[in-house]
Amino acid sequence: MGLATCGIAAGGDKVFAALKNALSQRNLQVLLTRTGCIGYCREEPLVSIHLPGKSLIILHRVAETDAEKIVEAVAAETVPQDLALCRVEEWDPIVGEKLVFGTGFEDIPVYDEIPYFAPQRKIVLRDAGLINPEEIEEYIAVGGYSALHKALTAMTPEEVIEEVIASGLRGRGGGGFPTGMKWNFTKQEKSLQKYIICNADEGDPGAYMNRNEMESDPHMILEGMLIGAYAIGAREGVIYVRAEYPLAIQRLTRAIAQARDYGLIGKNIFGTDFSFELTIAEGAGAFVCGEETALIASIEGKTGRPRPRPPFPAQKGLWGMPTNINNVETWTNIPVIIQKGGAWFSRIGGEKNSGTKVFSLVGEVQRVGLVEVPLGTPIQTLVYDVGNGGIEGRKIKAVQTGGPSGGCIPASLFDTPMDYEHLTAVGSIMGSGGVVVMDELTSMVDTARFFIGFTNEESCGKCVPCREGLKHMLMLLDKILVGKATESDMATLEELSGVIKKTSLCGLGQTAPNPVLTTLKYFRNEYDAYLKGVP
Amino acid sequence: MEPQRLEEIIGRYPTPTGKILGILEHIQREMGYLPKDVLKLLAKRLELPLSELYSIATFYSFFTLEALGRHVVTVCMGTACHVKGAPELVASLKHHLGVEMDETTRDGKFLLTTDDGEYTLTSARCFGACSMAPVLRVDNKIFGYVTPERIPSILKQFGWEGNHH
Repeated sequence: MGLATCGIAAGGDKVFAALKNALSQRNLQVLLTRTGCIGYCREEPLVSIHLPGKSLIILHRVAETDAEKIVEAVAAETVPQDLALCRVEEWDPIVGEKLVFGTGFEDIPVYDEIPYFAPQRKIVLRDAGLINPEEIEEYIAVGGYSALHKALTAMTPEEVIEEVIASGLRGRGGGGFPTGMKWNFTKQEKSLQKYIICNADEGDPGAYMNRNEMESDPHMILEGMLIGAYAIGAREGVIYVRAEYPLAIQRLTRAIAQARDYGLIGKNIFGTDFSFELTIAEGAGAFVCGEETALIASIEGKTGRPRPRPPFPAQKGLWGMPTNINNVETWTNIPVIIQKGGAWFSRIGGEKNSGTKVFSLVGEVQRVGLVEVPLGTPIQTLVYDVGNGGIEGRKIKAVQTGGPSGGCIPASLFDTPMDYEHLTAVGSIMGSGGVVVMDELTSMVDTARFFIGFTNEESCGKCVPCREGLKHMLMLLDKILVGKATESDMATLEELSGVIKKTSLCGLGQTAPNPVLTTLKYFRNEYDAYLKGVP
Repeated sequence: MEPQRLEEIIGRYPTPTGKILGILEHIQREMGYLPKDVLKLLAKRLELPLSELYSIATFYSFFTLEALGRHVVTVCMGTACHVKGAPELVASLKHHLGVEMDETTRDGKFLLTTDDGEYTLTSARCFGACSMAPVLRVDNKIFGYVTPERIPSILKQFGWEGNHH
């Protein structure tokens, strides 16, 4: 039973209880277990059935009232065909041996043929929805911690970093900085104490892939961090996770305790000289804490306000010590790179954009959920092939990517490959991978106002351009929305956007005007309509 | 909160990493807000100026300085929820709960409690349940695909019996 936060909210907990109850009334040799989420959120609650030697069958939109029917079918060694979404004959967990489920149920479509899954390539979400995230043994069974073993026993820290550099992996939190190079900066600092941090303060509204990665497969994050700590020479790590994700915190806490019991966290891991301690620090709801220096201040128990760089965290980070920070999804790729090799990883995706990215496809699109595709996949593949286009035949107007730092990309540019450079070229950014679809009923001026309202609220107030500038942008947008703005207000809005971008202290202010600039560029007609009064 | 209990909470954070926010979050979860006397006690105990704790408590949206209603209704204000009609949910909730925005704040933040102290209506940045947008949370339960028409039936699950006018 898929029981991540969204599965539970869709009624999965009730289905789980009903299945448990139905099973308790029969004497069957059935294991009922919790998994994470396979990402097809629109079709939840999802239940998978594996009968010995048979294909794994994924059931969708399962209701509490279906429990009896499901258990009856399982008792008869079959599945309720009317609830079946697809079948999986075998699965590649990438780092481990291929999982062979079996064959049979040929009337049910194969996983790869389902339009939602067909363009996807699961590397980050390699185990999500298949293993029980609360049991370390299940992670180990699909090859978990084998990459750590390889790194610690057969590779030097330098070789680990070389492999990560060769993979071409870039930071998945937004900046896209090459991960291996970043690690090198901290490694080269001479210090007795160094830290690594996992940024799990997923703050972009509309993005929730990190939540699913933590809830569905927490050990892959731990393993990635352990390998990174070994390479960098850090003995302590912190996962900074937002308090709004209680289930993620619970599963990470459990994962850390289990890893400690297995000797995978603590002293002399795998009998080597390498020792590592890992703690969780909870964020408390401040978007600006996604910025590295603000995040560090927050862990230190201060208000999360950024400070000028340099010094970079690699030189002076947590408690003044060299510190390396990576996003959740960046860490999840590390075990794969170590186990399969940097060259293998670099062949996935596009030029200078290796690997996959998990996008959250949400908003006014039919099939919503988490979609993992190679970097460089065009926007249209996501919106139309995976998402199946607009709701009730409505025409899609734009996608908004990259959260409040990103921009709105019009449908005419949907052939744009989703990679770091191309998204920047059209005025948006990759960010953490949120893709919010907007259709013909969405007002782009209102959307721009929404984002400026957000960043204005989340501005930490330290630097003037961001604190005062965004406030004035918001006033101008409100004036536009009540139909009282003039051409000169429009010019001021545009000029102010440029000044805030150029002069703000941190990434929040430097990117905050993007939603306005892109909507001005691509949807000027909607602003113009407001100049003539409220349309 | 008894001083004894506060000591227990402080004891859960032996290392400085994540300590202060962790303690405050613990108090917030247990009490539903950060009472002034507890903050005073904590400031003394940690040898920090009270103003610093106040600064933290007002900087992070997770904390509140006033007591909340018995049930807390939180509307997600993330992008997907905004596009899918979160503002209409807020309007409907205000109507049904009979709370008005006395202070209309420009940034859209609000914290409204009914006169009888039963319900508090507030907003959140994003729950990360965007696939089910628009989303709202009552206490710890998340509701997805919410429409204004569904609001009364959701509230009834928490003992609501019609307009609180």
